[in-house]
Amino acid sequence: MISPAFSPVGLRFENIDKRYGGLLALRGVSLTIAAGECVVFAGRNGSGKTTLLRIAARLVRPSRGELSFTGAPSGSQDIPIRPGFVAHASMVYDELTAEENLLLFARLLGTAQPENRVEALLQEVGLSDRRASRVRTFSRGMRQRVAIARALLHEPAVLLLDEPATGLDPQGVAWLAEAIRRLRDSGRTILMSLHGESEISSLGTRAIRLDAGSITADTRTGGTFRSILTFADA
Amino acid sequence: MSLLSNASVLLGKELRTEFRSRELLTTTIVFILVVIVLFSFTFDPTSDESRRFAPGLLWLAFLFASSLMLQPCFLREQQNDTLSALRLSVSDPFAIFLAKLAANTVFLLLTELLLLPIFAVMYNVPVMPVLHWLLLVFFLASLGISIAGTALSAISAQARMRELLLPLLMLPLLTPILVASTEVTKSLLDHTPYVQWKGIGFLAVFDMVFLTALWLFGEYLLEE
Amino acid sequence: MWKRAMIGAFVLFLVGAAAYASFFIAPEEKTMHVLQRIFYFHAAAAWAGMTAFFVCFVANLLYVWRRDEKWDALGVSSAEVGLAFITVVLITGPIWAKPAWGIYWTWDARLTSTFVLWLLYISYLLLRTLIEEPDRRALLSALFGIFSFIDVPIVFGAIRWWRTQHPAPVIMGGPGSGLEPTMLKVFFFSVLAMHVLMVFLIAERYRLEKLRTDIELLRREAEAV
Repeated sequence: MISPAFSPVGLRFENIDKRYGGLLALRGVSLTIAAGECVVFAGRNGSGKTTLLRIAARLVRPSRGELSFTGAPSGSQDIPIRPGFVAHASMVYDELTAEENLLLFARLLGTAQPENRVEALLQEVGLSDRRASRVRTFSRGMRQRVAIARALLHEPAVLLLDEPATGLDPQGVAWLAEAIRRLRDSGRTILMSLHGESEISSLGTRAIRLDAGSITADTRTGGTFRSILTFADA
Repeated sequence: MSLLSNASVLLGKELRTEFRSRELLTTTIVFILVVIVLFSFTFDPTSDESRRFAPGLLWLAFLFASSLMLQPCFLREQQNDTLSALRLSVSDPFAIFLAKLAANTVFLLLTELLLLPIFAVMYNVPVMPVLHWLLLVFFLASLGISIAGTALSAISAQARMRELLLPLLMLPLLTPILVASTEVTKSLLDHTPYVQWKGIGFLAVFDMVFLTALWLFGEYLLEE
Repeated sequence: MWKRAMIGAFVLFLVGAAAYASFFIAPEEKTMHVLQRIFYFHAAAAWAGMTAFFVCFVANLLYVWRRDEKWDALGVSSAEVGLAFITVVLITGPIWAKPAWGIYWTWDARLTSTFVLWLLYISYLLLRTLIEEPDRRALLSALFGIFSFIDVPIVFGAIRWWRTQHPAPVIMGGPGSGLEPTMLKVFFFSVLAMHVLMVFLIAERYRLEKLRTDIELLRREAEAV
């Protein structure tokens, strides 16, 4: 990947609760993630993985508790850390072309020299030849690439991926795994939620399991990757 | 990036998307046309009655049309969850509202301007002598409708029965605009036209009050 | 339980006393005679309704700020009670108008504005029924409630400025417009009674709302298991 213009950043979740009308999607989640870690979150549907990631993206406010980013250089205290976020939805406009979408978000984010940045990213994700096509015409795999390009526009130190491999064919999964590997190796902090073992889960440096909103296993405190991802100890 | 530059980038996107498909504009214009024609069946459009009723009907038609036109405003952002992408990218969430209400004002103004000559011909009202004043009223009223309508469409997009809900929320709230715009338009189309400054000032105040309210509370409208 | 019943009895007594005062203590008005006595209910109910809507506004603001569900409960309770009082206003208006002027509805500025107000709060309650998730429902209806309340003076202003140009009979006059001293006392007593009734009704409705949300919570938890 392009040499990173960011400083490594970690995250700390302190006693996070998220209530949806009386149901606790997350209960008392406390977690410290060091800069540069690549964390895989596993858990059944409804276990709170998506909610946790959306809280990290600051799209959702926790009902209780706090999220903070650690290790940001002292000069940038006032600048909020903006994680890159990739979800199941593409989060780009169907009626605009790939290039138009990326330019739009690049300009909103205040990226320096947006046209150059967009050009470079389109190359990175292999969509240069389809830059002028409307996203509506893209396959699922191609949309995922646009989504990743969008997430990387501002060279985020933190990357959040919510079940990024959903709907991808084996070729798409392979491409994604390679992209995540390079991002991880460049020193970014990555949080991803996944279902089960795969090429992608093996990129993780740490695995955490969520059950009904609480952390029930963590490779840092003795769980194994395999058991966490396959619910072998459930 | 500053609020205004974010808003103008987004405004560009809103305008570009709409002018590419023109779906919203064409359906809105046709709708108002149909309403105006139907209204004309309810009284004699060429008589003096029309000078009294016509302005009210015109503004009623605009209001109904806008309550339909504003539906997709936030609904289309739900499609690929682009609203989240916007929230992640802008420095101030108010930029999203600013861009949308500006775009909606432009769309409303366009439909009003396109329909004005048709309306003038059908109801035999003299618009040329007071055209610039009419434009001022159109602008202030459309701005007010857009400000309130954009805020309310963010609400209705998250509820059921949203097609019926948005008009239900908008129309009572916008009665002051209906009254003031009708009155100012009526006096402009009168035998001896005059400018009701009271009405114009009133519309401006409405716009400022609701713009401020939207600025204060807008980010909560976007919460998940 | 007994305390509530006692309070309820007291409120009833107070309202009854106000009614008695309206019919038997206040002197008869010169032109409209007995019919004028409806004024004591009509205007007092209007004031109580407006106060209830103000309470709703404050509750809405507090919910947006604090996100404590008790403010949401207070908001819906005061909106419903306010709506009930305003409905009384809208019904007593025509009851008075018909014998007085032969028409049911006069498009009097205040009555018309009140009707729009009524529509706004009906929309508020309707909006609530159309959002299932409790936290979303509370937040979005609070925001709509805030916008509605801000609109209220603007609505009243617009209609007063432009919809009273044609000579329309002004219902009831202003409450202080040349009311004779005893009438004024009875009027203020009516206003007091209506406000006490309003507070009592809001408190009861609030209690009901908390019970309802507790049951809803239990039901959702049971379903999730």
